[in-house]
Amino acid sequence: MALVLTEEQSMLRDSARGLISDKAPVSHLRHLRDSKDPTGFSKEFWHSFAEMGFAGLLVPEEFGGSGLGYVEAGVVMEEIGRTLMPSPFLATSVVAASALNRGGNAAQKSEYLPKIASGSLLATLAIDEGPKHRPLQTSLQAVRAGNGFKLSGAKALVVDGHVADLLIMAARTAGSAGEREGLTLFLVNPKAKGVVIERTIMVDSHNAARIELTNVEVNADSVLGEIDQGAALLDGVLDIGRGAVAAEMVGLSEEVFNRTVEYLKNRKQFGKLIGEFQALQHRAAELYVDIEITRAATMKALQALDGDVAKAASAVAVAKARAGTTATRAVQEGVQMHGGMGMTDQFDIGFFMKRARVCEELFGDANYHTEQLARARGY
Amino acid sequence: MTDFKTSESETADLESFRNETRAWLEANCPPEMRRPATSDADVFWGGRNAKFSSEPQRIWFERMRDKGWTVPDWPREYGGGGLSAAEHKVLRAEMARIGARPPLSSFGIWMLGPALLKYGNEAQKKEHLPKIAAGEIRWCQGYSEPNAGSDLASLQTRAESDGDDFVITGSKIWTSYANYADWIFCLVRTDPAAKKHDGISFILFDMTSKGVTTKPILLISGYSPFCETFFDGVRVPKSHVVGTVNRGWDVAKYLLQHERAMISGMGERGVGRPLGQIAADSVGTDAQGRLDDSMLRGKIASFDVDEAALAACAERAVDLAKAGQAHPAFSSAMKYYGTELNKRRYEILMSAGGVDALEWESERSKQGARPRAWLRTKANSIEGGTTEVMLGIVAKRILDLPGA
Repeated sequence: MALVLTEEQSMLRDSARGLISDKAPVSHLRHLRDSKDPTGFSKEFWHSFAEMGFAGLLVPEEFGGSGLGYVEAGVVMEEIGRTLMPSPFLATSVVAASALNRGGNAAQKSEYLPKIASGSLLATLAIDEGPKHRPLQTSLQAVRAGNGFKLSGAKALVVDGHVADLLIMAARTAGSAGEREGLTLFLVNPKAKGVVIERTIMVDSHNAARIELTNVEVNADSVLGEIDQGAALLDGVLDIGRGAVAAEMVGLSEEVFNRTVEYLKNRKQFGKLIGEFQALQHRAAELYVDIEITRAATMKALQALDGDVAKAASAVAVAKARAGTTATRAVQEGVQMHGGMGMTDQFDIGFFMKRARVCEELFGDANYHTEQLARARGY
Repeated sequence: MTDFKTSESETADLESFRNETRAWLEANCPPEMRRPATSDADVFWGGRNAKFSSEPQRIWFERMRDKGWTVPDWPREYGGGGLSAAEHKVLRAEMARIGARPPLSSFGIWMLGPALLKYGNEAQKKEHLPKIAAGEIRWCQGYSEPNAGSDLASLQTRAESDGDDFVITGSKIWTSYANYADWIFCLVRTDPAAKKHDGISFILFDMTSKGVTTKPILLISGYSPFCETFFDGVRVPKSHVVGTVNRGWDVAKYLLQHERAMISGMGERGVGRPLGQIAADSVGTDAQGRLDDSMLRGKIASFDVDEAALAACAERAVDLAKAGQAHPAFSSAMKYYGTELNKRRYEILMSAGGVDALEWESERSKQGARPRAWLRTKANSIEGGTTEVMLGIVAKRILDLPGA
């Protein structure tokens, strides 16, 4: 398959770009932050997003979705990255929808997927427990109790955790932290007894939460996928999330870069446009190449996911690692080349730097994914 | 949102081509030709004086040539395979799948051919392209001069009009394999009064012409892949000019895009075993099988990430070009990154090899293959336009930044 967008995918991009840049430019995020918006995103816009078919983009047609693939999801994520739009799209439409679609039984799919597609249900995956992304270190305990389980433990960086209607929790039903065996995914009602959710205001003004579970009772029907064998399902779902975040970071990087190049063409010092200085030209050129290479690696990963999620791990690791280093470089160069203006809150560049930092931690940073590639290659 | 769905029928059409190609390659590519080339003798360059270094090399070359697959996407009438962009991609993927070597390496294929296809007249295409495809003529490139390196357009080699001929006098430098080449594609100044980019012509001539001499240059690697090339009143028919007289810079630039794409490929061309395994041989591994040098391991892993990403970008560059969406200067971006990456590869290889990578003259070290290759890579970011020139091109032509 060619590593360029098809005509249909380009149309999708144009449609998403038009909608997002019109209704949710960076000032939208700024407004949500400054007004301390309790939801953290625009419900109204989310409904128009759903009406356009975006909320159910990955949901199969039989459940009311569009039945599109990960490349298409990446196209939308990239546009989200350009304006830093806070949106349930990542947590609900990409990660949770994939978890339910890949791991759910018939009853679970028909219960939840149509609601995701219609935009009426928000869902999220709760995975990390410590400060760094280490899925196998999951130690939230799920102990058998009667016909079901009792869950106890804590999760951090749960995207949209305080607004979600459904939590997909990685828990340990057997084994100990670090082992692949013994992981199980559970569907948990956030309103269940024993669930305490604390919204955490993060550096990027996007939604995140800490969630504590104390003897939360769930029944046997709440198991998503197989008991003790959740690692494979989790790997796939996480890789889908990683590919999507990488695409967001590509959009974010490119937007910062475009704004920076524009600035180089307009800002004058020493009687010259600063873009005439070779020191800045070469740095801009290097960054351009970095972004192009990362864009290609990300498309490659998304195509690999569309081909076979189980075989996409290395391509995804490459994409997420590259996206992390590239976005980090892009936002730093962005601030540096904007000079003092780049340090002001009034200027948008800082928002990109903050979001890039969170994206870097989401589902594993560049170090994590570089390590994964080394292990996959046997050294 | 149904209108965003892609039809899958086109991809299905390619499947029979893929199956046929796979079967043909399985049946026709000798096992010896499925291992990476490890020395210059493993590479077949063709030419009047070409010798095959082995029987499998000859068989593989001849079979591929007979299918037109030394140049799979050139038109059949010029000795090519006539494959579509999509079929060519399938063939490349299938060759890569079994590790098949290129049957023929040649500046004719990588550089001159594309320029002739675009700028050559029918007689020139008929004369030269089939001989390139069949490996009959080996070409060299007369671009750089002692005083025209990064500033290529300031070249001084003169071509003076004399009846139906040009008479060429001057010298070139860094002419790769000029001492083995049969013909040269050469930039010459046909109008000394014009602005520097406007008085240049692109001309072809036989290296056995009277007045041509070559002198190999010994490099830090101990090899002499480059020559100084001297022209003393070489007579060349005017019909050998490609494109319009004094408009040779257009041809030159177009060819440079292909040269840069070729050189950038060095950064992603795996040299057989993965770096991590090569390093394991010398530095050893711990109980979990990880390299016993965590800093080196980290460098290798970062390299692998970047190499895989560059490979995706190279693939995308080809796809963009075929889709008519490529920026013409993008090969400069690839050239910059690919060559810097290749230098990184060899710094890692030297570090991984330690003392073993320092031997210069011994059977054990294959006459210092690794240190010589390491030193050779240092030219990658100079030849075909330096890294700094590439970044300048990206800044001005792609990013449209202001200034000189």
